[in-house]
Amino acid sequence: MKNLLKAAVAAVALTAAVGSAQAADVKACWIYVGPVGDFGWSYQHDQGRQEAVAQFGDKLETAYLESVPEGPDAERAIERFAREGCNIIFTTSFGYMNPTLKVAAKYPDVKFEHATGYKTADNVATYNSKFHEGRYIIGQIAAKMSKTGTAGYITSFPIPEVISGINAFMLGAQTVNPDFKVKVVWANTWFDPAKEADAAKALADQGVDIMVQHTDSTAPLQVAQERGLHGFGQASDMIAFAPEAQYTAIVDEWGPYYIHRIQAVLDGTWKSEQTWDGIAEGHVKMAPYTNLPDDVVAMAKETEAKIAGGFEPFTGPIYDQAGELKAAEGVTLDDGAILGMNWYVKGVDDKLPN
Amino acid sequence: MFEAVLLTVITAATPLLIAAIGELVVERSGVLNLGVEGMMIMGAVVGFGAANLTGSGTVGALAAILAGMGMSAIFGLLVLYLATNQVATGLALTILGLGLSGLIGEAFIGVPGLKLPRLEIAGLSDIPFFGPVVFNQDALVYVGLGLVAIVSYVLFRTRAGLILRAVGDNHGSAHALGYSVLKVRFLAVLFGGGCAGLAGGYMSLAYTPQWVENMTAGRGWIALALVVFASWLPVRVVAGAYLFGAVTVLTFHAQAQGLGIPSQFLSSLPYLATIVVLVIISANRRLTLVNTPACLGKPFVPDR
Repeated sequence: MKNLLKAAVAAVALTAAVGSAQAADVKACWIYVGPVGDFGWSYQHDQGRQEAVAQFGDKLETAYLESVPEGPDAERAIERFAREGCNIIFTTSFGYMNPTLKVAAKYPDVKFEHATGYKTADNVATYNSKFHEGRYIIGQIAAKMSKTGTAGYITSFPIPEVISGINAFMLGAQTVNPDFKVKVVWANTWFDPAKEADAAKALADQGVDIMVQHTDSTAPLQVAQERGLHGFGQASDMIAFAPEAQYTAIVDEWGPYYIHRIQAVLDGTWKSEQTWDGIAEGHVKMAPYTNLPDDVVAMAKETEAKIAGGFEPFTGPIYDQAGELKAAEGVTLDDGAILGMNWYVKGVDDKLPN
Repeated sequence: MFEAVLLTVITAATPLLIAAIGELVVERSGVLNLGVEGMMIMGAVVGFGAANLTGSGTVGALAAILAGMGMSAIFGLLVLYLATNQVATGLALTILGLGLSGLIGEAFIGVPGLKLPRLEIAGLSDIPFFGPVVFNQDALVYVGLGLVAIVSYVLFRTRAGLILRAVGDNHGSAHALGYSVLKVRFLAVLFGGGCAGLAGGYMSLAYTPQWVENMTAGRGWIALALVVFASWLPVRVVAGAYLFGAVTVLTFHAQAQGLGIPSQFLSSLPYLATIVVLVIISANRRLTLVNTPACLGKPFVPDR
């Protein structure tokens, strides 16, 4: 009897807790592919979430799940959030695309936002940043600074975002040194510091002196630092890990977008859109240029300003590996062609895994 | 070139080697601890934290060992003295370690770590080829190889090793002879925990000197597979760990050389190699049975 009473009291307390939680006007939820402590991709998304919390205060309740594998688990995680009363759910990795659409079809009243994908629905918007703009800049820096004329490029998976990054890097490098070479290595993981370090060491042993990464940990830069090479940070400013090695980093800024979209939910003006912003809108930022001579910094800043002014790195003439013309002189590839890119530009010495 | 590759192979193999040799002792005593990953990650975070707070890599390594031992003590108390299911408890230990390390490590995210100094032996390190490979590694590489030698000697050449193997092969008889089965097993579990902790510490102190959540990325599971791969023989653990490290490193070299082999296939090579060797070993039944601890995973509850 006593136990029963206790249980009843606990139940009342529990509903009270849930009740107070619902006092917020909007609940926004995030699914991260890595741990929030990766100091890269997921870390930056969580920084954006925290900016939104700071902005909205009591009006906003947030929740997140980290290290959610891409695949069937993702669908369960997203559905759990939808059932728990999230009003807007941000799924922050490419592999969540189909799970997001599947769950969205079942919960028409919940808003979904999928990062880096290309499929939308009435209640599914997509958002992405033009990381390739930053990669164009680091390509120029790499070609200027490299003594061996070869960069190592550690990549995760052969998806359009990664491929367009490699291409933009090469196009940037070719403006400085038309014969610049890149060795591409696929780690087949977004986040495994030790494996990324192994990849970086292998590249260093093969004579590259610039380390570029499209994986999320700071390990490759640390290897660059240890071996006296140089490189670029990914997703966040990694200068603390490689004070002498990092030239700059491509920093993702998600906060303004999250605030904007949550505000839209609050105002009832949320619509399914495809947002793709870059340096001009402040979604992609370059970390301070360090360890570089003044003329290279000036060049990088000039390119950055040019891109902010509307220049698109994928402006012709662009040839693919087979030498086929993909964009004629002065012609810019359209968004769809960049977001769905599955071919290498001329000069990339790698066969695309399929 | 070859020398450089060998250097990286040794670094890649060392955490696997240290964790696997610890687990080998645990399994030789008849206990299956599936919590290696959890103990490793705790070793990584505590080792990193201690090294950062004190500024000493040695303190970091010792703290990592203690963290692993602490985790394994929980496991030992549960499975030995409360006779809980070993498989379930081990899995729970892994999940606990992953979660707890994230909590403890929050303060260390984005903090660069100390790099353990390499052990340079004057004169010897300068010998061409052999010098850098053999005499210019971080100290834990030697600790790992030393551990294998010690474990190998103790297991097969001393009375203590005989008792440990007896407990693992037939706990009833060992008990009847008057040996304390639970005490022997508890000590073995502690040793395994210490090794796993040190292996984790190696990750966060020497391999990639930083703390990030989930940084062991499944190496604890590979260490577990290595023990079976080695059919519970210490020397074969070394061979397995180095083979695994070599395949991992060489896949990247093959890619950077532009050999045109699909990278997904290369990534799966270490695991394929493990399966192939497991098949070869288990095909020889006699060999497997000789070395497999007969009481592996069986709980022991003394009747008086």
